[in-house]
Amino acid sequence: MELNDTLRDIAKKLLEEGRVDAVLGFRQSSLAHMTEPFLATTAEQADQLVFNSCCRMNLAVYLTPDLFRSGRPESGKKSPRVAVTAKGCDSRNIVTQIQENRYKRDQVHIIGLPCTGMADKAKLLAAAPEGIDTITEKNGTLILSRDGKETVVSKTEVLQSNCLSCIIRNPVIRDEMAGDPVPELDMDSHPDRFADVAEIEALSPADKAGFFETLVSDCTRCYACRNACPLCYCPVCFVDESRPQWVGKTIAPTDVMAFHLLRAFHDAGRCTDCGACEAACPMDIPMRAFTRKTIKDAREGFGWETGMDLNLRPPLDRFDLKDPGDFIR
Amino acid sequence: MKPIHIKKEAFGPAMAKAMETYAVAGPVPDREDAKRRHLFRCLEKGETPDLEYTATQLSPKALLFPQAETMFRFKVPSGGKKAPFLEAESFKERPLAVVGIRPYDARAFDMLTLNFDSKDYKDPFFLKRCHQMVRVGLADTTLKDTNFSTACGTGPFDTTALDILLAKTEDAYIGTVITAKGKSFAAAAGFEAGSAEDTKALARMKQEAESRMRPGPDFSALADADTLDLHGEDHWARLAFSCINCGSCTFSCPTCWCFDIQDEVTGNDGVRLRLWDTCMTDLYSAHASGHNPRQERFKRFRNRFMHKLKYFPDKYGQGIMCVGCGRCIDNCPVGIDIRTIIGEMNAKAAGAAKAAGTAKTGGTDKATEAAS
Ligand code: SF4
Ligand code: SF4
Ligand code: SF4
Ligand code: SF4
Ligand code: SF4
Repeated sequence: MELNDTLRDIAKKLLEEGRVDAVLGFRQSSLAHMTEPFLATTAEQADQLVFNSCCRMNLAVYLTPDLFRSGRPESGKKSPRVAVTAKGCDSRNIVTQIQENRYKRDQVHIIGLPCTGMADKAKLLAAAPEGIDTITEKNGTLILSRDGKETVVSKTEVLQSNCLSCIIRNPVIRDEMAGDPVPELDMDSHPDRFADVAEIEALSPADKAGFFETLVSDCTRCYACRNACPLCYCPVCFVDESRPQWVGKTIAPTDVMAFHLLRAFHDAGRCTDCGACEAACPMDIPMRAFTRKTIKDAREGFGWETGMDLNLRPPLDRFDLKDPGDFIR
Repeated sequence: MKPIHIKKEAFGPAMAKAMETYAVAGPVPDREDAKRRHLFRCLEKGETPDLEYTATQLSPKALLFPQAETMFRFKVPSGGKKAPFLEAESFKERPLAVVGIRPYDARAFDMLTLNFDSKDYKDPFFLKRCHQMVRVGLADTTLKDTNFSTACGTGPFDTTALDILLAKTEDAYIGTVITAKGKSFAAAAGFEAGSAEDTKALARMKQEAESRMRPGPDFSALADADTLDLHGEDHWARLAFSCINCGSCTFSCPTCWCFDIQDEVTGNDGVRLRLWDTCMTDLYSAHASGHNPRQERFKRFRNRFMHKLKYFPDKYGQGIMCVGCGRCIDNCPVGIDIRTIIGEMNAKAAGAAKAAGTAKTGGTDKATEAAS
């Protein structure tokens, strides 16, 4: 059976049997290369659920206190149970959110999505400059059709860069799978995993500053990156704080850099490299250059990979006698 | 309207000539590594607007309404005895020619003007800039699927907000001079006169471009709809579910005009800034008391569409606050499409109108109930 059929069957069953109150997933958007996060609350709505190479957003973003509060008090349940469809990276963010006490494991029913990566929006559009009417996926290729004319691209060529170094494509926690698990890329200890970060590390401090300044020079501070990120759930973000105000509001390099650097630090040991931030950016800014450094450092300094195990505590909220850092002992 | 005809190889030299009299802004490729992207900015000597571009992620509105603008500087003398004093920014900008602007984006400039040139307040910088600006448009012959400008009363060849309209052919830019301002610019740039052939070709291209456009949304029922009814519909939370309340749509929109005022003080020196703001954020509507009338996300989402499709048309009587450029659709990370939202709003309004009609013509309670 096709993955989408299985996915819909699972969702319908969960809703019909009253095991969950809603299923969080994706549905097709009006544009062929886009999907829209979607909350199905009836079996009929569950028919709209899809999973394909354009499900770039991270659904953990939508697992908010509001969603769990919006339960039906009359049903006598304290808070609703929500089923969520999750890619490998999404599941790691769910683990992180549970570790950070956003909600409890038994409040979410995880429908695992075996993921072979997401197609980069800019790369797709560049491959089909005339526009895209529909996208069909077959044997590792994407068929982009326009007025009956087909452009075939290999999925590897249009993958988002984070998917090329993905360390876990099947969800780390799940209640069931919507398809057979896919083979892993074994990138976790691959020598090239952090080649991009190493390249930046090798620059002189002045060149590094120049590199990052150019990187974010087009940033409009729309904050789509932040809002698309499942870690950025603070009720008031430091950039929006006005009493006192921490960061200037202009698009001058200092203000823009303050936002990006501080956000990256807030995500240290928490970022799963899901790529939702980059996929959300209207200016195609590769701001994962910041967070990837924190991933590398968390790994090298603490042997930490984010969101792999519910029973571990993140390195920044734990004291360990065997900590390799001298300063702490 | 005088036809003009500029051979492509003559365009660069013409711009260099125009730069002797005007500051010139236009679309230029932003970075080598992102070929599909062009940005509008003021050009340096030796640069030429790249009229072969297809689209820009951001509209050119920053040329008229910068994202961060200094309104004035002030000094706060130490000791607290003397009063702070102001230094107004002096306006020294040369007349700016925006070359290559899309006709519908130029129409958006006129909409922005409604906000900065009101009975109560005339914004000095905006208006000076606007009055001396020359708009040299480039017809959109590489229309994106998301463009629905004709449905919004403008279009890829609309001349109403332009001084000159150009259109790209194989080897030339042909076009027409529309206003006196346009005439002066054409003379300064040394644009060659065209022929009746060019006028015909332009009309043909216009028809061809418009016929290729996808049907736009219908918003005909919104004008007569009751504002509070539209506001109170029960679909907003559902429509807004996926919205992450970023500012992508409003920042990239050529008609969104909202701003915030900030003072930045370093030591004794201060500066008052005007900065783009967006109704999608929590802070936009936060009151000093701590109360926020748009605390929930869907209320902010609702405001964006209500402002564009109902409050604005009702207040100004000049149609909706959207020129159909499609940028908000292309840039929305979660696939929200303003055409879909318009469709949903219009359907509700049409349904309500129909129900009211049935009631008036003596329909039974049941019929009214079924129609609503
Ligand atoms: S999404 Fe892009 S443009 Fe918006 S704030 Fe983030 S980096 Fe800047
Ligand atoms: S910072 Fe970006 S890559 Fe990391 S978790 Fe957030 S959205 Fe995902
Ligand atoms: S761009 Fe999309 S997600 Fe962002 S605020 Fe606008 S509608 Fe919402
Ligand atoms: S609302 Fe969207 S389509 Fe309309 S003018 Fe603004 S960005 Fe363009
Ligand atoms: S839609 Fe929002 S940001 Fe745009 S002009 Fe209206 S209130 Fe301002």
